[in-house]
Amino acid sequence: MSLLSTLARLEAVRSGRAEPLATVRHRHLSDRPMVVVPLTAAGEAGAPLAAMLGTDRAAPRLHVVPQPLDRDQRFAFLAALAADLLPYLEGYGEEVEQVEGTERDPETGERTPVVRELCAQAPQLIVPSAAGVDQLGLIGRSTRFRRTADDADAGPHPVPTRVPLLGRWLTHLRERSEVPGSSLLVAMTALLSRHWATGQSHLEDQHLGALLAWISPPPGMSGAEAARRAESARDERGQLYCPPAGPATDPRFDEKLLAPAVARYDAARAALRARPGGDERAERHVRRAAEEIRELLAGVLRPTWDQVWHGVDLLRTLPPAAHLPERWESDRWSYTGHRDRLAAGEPPQPRHDDAVTAARKLAQREREQAKVELQEALDDPLAMAEHRLSGEAFAGTVVDVEPAYDTSGRSPKPRPLVTVRTADRPHADPGREVHRAGGPAAQKAEIVAVDPDDGTLTLRLTSGMGRRKEPEPGSVPQPGEQVVFTLFELTVRQAAPLPAPEDTPWTHGGPPSAAALAPAAAAAGSDPITDPEDWE
Amino acid sequence: MNVSHPGHLPHGPAEPPAQRLARLRGPVPQRSLDARALAALAANPGCRRRALLDAAGVDKAALADRLGSPAPFGQSPFAIVRGNVFESRVKADGYAELLLLLQQRLGLPEPGAAELAVPDLLPRAGTAVRTERTRQVLADAAAHRGRWTLLDHPMLCLEVAGSPAFLEPDAVVVRPDGRWTVVEIKSFPVLDGSADPAKVGAAARQAAVYVLALQQTAAELAGVKPDPDPYAAPEGLAAAPDTAVLLVCPRDFSNRPTAAVVDVRRELSVTRRQLQRMTGIEQLLEALPEGVGFDLSTDDDGSPVRSTGQLGESVAAVPAAYSPDCLSTCELGFHCRQEARCAGAVEQLGRAVRGELGSLRTVGDALAAAAGAGTDPADEAAARLARAAALRAEALGRRPSAPGSGEAPGV
Repeated sequence: MSLLSTLARLEAVRSGRAEPLATVRHRHLSDRPMVVVPLTAAGEAGAPLAAMLGTDRAAPRLHVVPQPLDRDQRFAFLAALAADLLPYLEGYGEEVEQVEGTERDPETGERTPVVRELCAQAPQLIVPSAAGVDQLGLIGRSTRFRRTADDADAGPHPVPTRVPLLGRWLTHLRERSEVPGSSLLVAMTALLSRHWATGQSHLEDQHLGALLAWISPPPGMSGAEAARRAESARDERGQLYCPPAGPATDPRFDEKLLAPAVARYDAARAALRARPGGDERAERHVRRAAEEIRELLAGVLRPTWDQVWHGVDLLRTLPPAAHLPERWESDRWSYTGHRDRLAAGEPPQPRHDDAVTAARKLAQREREQAKVELQEALDDPLAMAEHRLSGEAFAGTVVDVEPAYDTSGRSPKPRPLVTVRTADRPHADPGREVHRAGGPAAQKAEIVAVDPDDGTLTLRLTSGMGRRKEPEPGSVPQPGEQVVFTLFELTVRQAAPLPAPEDTPWTHGGPPSAAALAPAAAAAGSDPITDPEDWE
Repeated sequence: MNVSHPGHLPHGPAEPPAQRLARLRGPVPQRSLDARALAALAANPGCRRRALLDAAGVDKAALADRLGSPAPFGQSPFAIVRGNVFESRVKADGYAELLLLLQQRLGLPEPGAAELAVPDLLPRAGTAVRTERTRQVLADAAAHRGRWTLLDHPMLCLEVAGSPAFLEPDAVVVRPDGRWTVVEIKSFPVLDGSADPAKVGAAARQAAVYVLALQQTAAELAGVKPDPDPYAAPEGLAAAPDTAVLLVCPRDFSNRPTAAVVDVRRELSVTRRQLQRMTGIEQLLEALPEGVGFDLSTDDDGSPVRSTGQLGESVAAVPAAYSPDCLSTCELGFHCRQEARCAGAVEQLGRAVRGELGSLRTVGDALAAAAGAGTDPADEAAARLARAAALRAEALGRRPSAPGSGEAPGV
């Protein structure tokens, strides 16, 4: 945590409500996000219990597994989830725009222009917390390798057709959520805590109800009181007013309400099975018991559902940051790429990435992390303040501009000297290159002199002034103007290219010819596709 | 003075600690320390409150209830059933799967069914009897090299800050080569060869406590003193406990077990050091003011022996070392948080914050420094905070708060 965010937290303790950590919204918010609140059975990985989802806050849809250990019910749940989610996920694949780019010919190395499709919009899934993101990834992992009845060798427990497809989408979204600044799948707690500092710790911020309590406490209550209420206040039945945002349910809820309801449901089903001919009354009992479980789960999901939408409202009050469209375009490329891979009939994502893919993903995440930090600093003075405090940037007022020229070349070039008064203390030694942020164009300068007592820095502008002897009008800041310079570059450098797959060094498993054989041999024992996992 | 208990004997330093602890607890059953509690205690060794309450065997959950900040912990019946089903599956068919995993993961010769001894550990007996029985079985097994001995839920004793803690691992295996291996059975899955690192870490810390207890037992059986040096390499029987434990978990989404050998040497040395650092119970007892007690029992007429106010004062008399991590490991976490908030301690925002703020220990001091009031120019943390406040005010378009005006508008 940086000192500035610590300060914001301290202020929040004093004021009794969350304090802003950003002046703009740094994450893309879809006009039509899909909110998903998943629940899972305690102690059972990949045993979904329920999910509440939808794009309309007034009309959430609910899917429930009355007996989480029943395989058929689990498949039915996953099929219903697929039928519900896939139209939303696939629906953005139709409307495309054509984007011109270049492609390098692998043999000649020549660049040839190509036109590629880019989906005009992309889906956005919002879950309550980071654990929800993991849960969707887990559902993705548990379903993408399953065989369906349509497959040639369906195996003992085929799943409904669209379930593996859902698994592949969820896996893709989960993977994408690891990329800093991406917005295809986001956790509401992460979104809110990027923009507000509460008067509690990071750990406590993972509780969506408590986080929201700090950001918008009910009238007459301080954030701390409201958060405490959200965390632990219980009604006369001993149940939390604000149930956990999942995927695990409150143990007390499991003990007092859910487990007895599931037991009643099991008993009703056993009674029905005991009557081979079927019995209308017994069937009615089963239906009623299932309905009871459904109502219980709806009751604990609904508060979280409302909280997520409340969070969406809060985030919408912030103006979008300038670089959001650019970052959202990367998300759209990611979405389009996955759409194309599905259309090309590629196999599901493997359990483990090979060395080249893993290295590429890591490099991408590092690059995106640097990019997000840079763009946030440019978009938001509060983010830039972090760099100013750490001595990596300075802001101030121009007090003097003195024309000067570099006459060493054939024609003289403008190299004006600009004196800036600033209260910042950048780690700036004479000769250091600095970059102007928020100027009319990319502009570099060199530090000529530093006078800490006077609080002034003198810079020599070295670029961004046009090609003539006199600088282009408006390209040189004038006395009285506010300027910001950074000691770091304002574009992210491309990392050195990774070796081609066929040049994978032996330290990373060697070229894929050898690597391709190894998994084949390993898969003979436990191929996830020919050997579907036993779920019981 | 303990006014409500005129019947209590005056006590001097001569009173034995165990007796004093029992008196602090009152006539209610003692909560024994388990490995999970020890691991949590070792995670925050500076907390005197927790050390004392745990040593006295006070039911902290019930105490938290009485203090009005109930602990949010509990285990879902589904999770308990799942854990039991998995453990019995691992131990089914005469421990066949467990032995197979042991042999595969530890690279040992294949176990023949005849060579396996599963002694009766008297599971229904009291803890003292069970501890003695476990010790006996371990001594027997050491005398019979070349066969497998499986101790299903043995009972071990570890002395922590002067009071005994009884521990019950899922299993301990004495291997044909004479080494003892702790087996920890957990119901979180190993998915595609990897498991949740937080859960594995917790399991490793817990297993390290068992290894520590086994080392103590082995040293006693060998007739040597346990060496506090973590790098010590004892010889003979004292070296029997293996510092690598076998963690058994369900594989992927199935109920089939898989196992991994986890080296707990690091956790072991951390736990050992933390437990040694734990302030001796005698010192804590000496520092206790008169009248402190945590008796949660009720009188014959059902009214509590100690009022909530008295309990609160007693708890307040023992200093705590609160950090937000406590909320997930200690039953009193919510109570201590409330206390930290009332005192304005900066730890309420996280352990790292304290390091960042240097000598500024309270929210009020830190905010005053941020406002630039009365700061020592030599105090670097305060100067940086004041600079941060100026930058923050500028970025948010607020007027920088003038020195001395500590209050925000609307407060």
